Amino acid sequence: MAWVNAIIQGILTGGLYALFACGLSLMFGVMKVVNLAHGDLAVVAGYVAVGVITVTHIPVLWSFVIVVPIMAVFGYVLQRTLIQGALDRGALTTLIVTFGLSVVIENALLQFFTANSRGIGAGLALVRGSFKIGSQIQIGYLLVLIFAVAVVVLLGLQYFLSASKYGRMIRAVADDQEAAQLSGVNYKHVFGIAAAVAFGTVALAGIAYGMYSQLDPTTGTDTILLFAFAAVVIGGLGSLWGTLLGGVVLGVAQQIGAQINISNEVLAGYIVFLAVLVLRPQGLTSRRSQS
Amino acid sequence: MTASRDESSTPLLEARGLEVYHGQLRALQDISLRVYPGEVYAIIGANGAGKSTLLRTIAGLHRPATGTVLLDGTDVTRVQPHVRATQGIAMVPEGRRLFGSLTVEENLKVGATYARNGPWTIERVYELFGWMRDRRHQRTAQLSGGEQQSVAIGRALVANPRVLLLDELSLGLAPVVVQRIYGMMPQILATGLTVLLVEQDVSQALRVASRVHCLLEGRTTLEGLPGDLTPERVEAAYFGLGDGPAEAGPAEAGADSGGGDGGQPVPSAGPPEPAAGPGPAASAGGEESEG
Repeated sequence: MAWVNAIIQGILTGGLYALFACGLSLMFGVMKVVNLAHGDLAVVAGYVAVGVITVTHIPVLWSFVIVVPIMAVFGYVLQRTLIQGALDRGALTTLIVTFGLSVVIENALLQFFTANSRGIGAGLALVRGSFKIGSQIQIGYLLVLIFAVAVVVLLGLQYFLSASKYGRMIRAVADDQEAAQLSGVNYKHVFGIAAAVAFGTVALAGIAYGMYSQLDPTTGTDTILLFAFAAVVIGGLGSLWGTLLGGVVLGVAQQIGAQINISNEVLAGYIVFLAVLVLRPQGLTSRRSQS
Repeated sequence: MTASRDESSTPLLEARGLEVYHGQLRALQDISLRVYPGEVYAIIGANGAGKSTLLRTIAGLHRPATGTVLLDGTDVTRVQPHVRATQGIAMVPEGRRLFGSLTVEENLKVGATYARNGPWTIERVYELFGWMRDRRHQRTAQLSGGEQQSVAIGRALVANPRVLLLDELSLGLAPVVVQRIYGMMPQILATGLTVLLVEQDVSQALRVASRVHCLLEGRTTLEGLPGDLTPERVEAAYFGLGDGPAEAGPAEAGADSGGGDGGQPVPSAGPPEPAAGPGPAASAGGEESEG
């Protein structure tokens, strides 16, 4: 039963990882930007949520109503200025620029908010509460909620990309920027929209992680970014449901590792990550190798 | 043929003294042309003559070092390509450049997103190309070359352009298919469109054009009405034989951007059948050598 429990916990944690990963995957899929500041931006969103909750006394769960739009606007602006500027100078420049952004964010957070970690809504029954199945399996309400949010976000993203006008333009621009321009599409604006959507998911990821665990200025790089990378690579780039699968595989591997020995948790996840990279570099769900 | 054109009115599209560089390489040198409403203006020339570069410069994808592009008398030289598209310059790019992950209908919808008011709708494109309606939900990657070319034309038409730029429609297509696509031209022109096309296949171009402009190594070697041009003159202009301005100097010139797919100039059947002598092969082959 302990193993069943580990697997269930792993699957649910996978939802959180998928939430980390989908924004990273979207940014790469559309504008070929590997956003190394991805995790730090999630932490920023978490801090913003803390601030918003303190100031407005909005219920913790509803903080996303304010934080998601803030991050989306920030994403649009950042894409149209810093990231587009880097893109215009070549693909490698975006790596350097987002790495720099990551360093700046981390140190700014340290400077202004100290290294103390903080959680979001730590006292809530939802965050602390759980239900039991049998005697061994204990499932936290929060993890179930986060998993559900991840599924809803992925469904929403899929619908947005496949059925909306902007989703169609995002796919068109990802296919062929120049041809899109010839059809009157301003690809820079479309990139901005894609970044706004990605940053919206980043905001959710930051809030979710802040409730699930604790945020501190270094969480972004050493946890969120790395787990997001692992989930994307395991699942396969460019596939939204692959991202969920990747998150789940990562989560299950970690929990099984922890079941063997608690100190193996993170290591087990990376072993699976490496195994996928070696054996199936296109990821678990990609049908054909991407060019 | 609409041989007569009212040269006292404003040309719908005009290029004045265009000079375009690809890096160090001068692709176009002092190119001027005037396209009047209702014309089919054909630019012919061998591989690497600068035809595609000229069309791409008019669409805004290249910025000329000197010279101006005017749309209906307004200078659009500094206008971004996607804005030019909404002002009425639509282009069917070389190699079709469809959005490969989108369906036929989605491709057309992207084309129609920023459309001007006008006669062309997706519905009308389906009427023009009978097969298209039944296969509108297929991805364009599954279509044959000729079908893809039709979708590319449809995508440009639904924008309701004032000038339609067609870049090398015949490239990579079987002669029968080329005939069929050019056979659509009267129906397209009947809606009041003006066409500026680039064609390597001289006889095809002469058949549809109301005015012909020949490029050789980035320079104009001939311009006039197809009826006034003898095959010998076209041949001389195409290959740079004889005494035209073409003979001047070493080849300075151009590479068609986008890389032609290996086609040799095929002046099939029609005019320029190399009349014995030193050789079109030599002159045509000389295009790659740069000064």
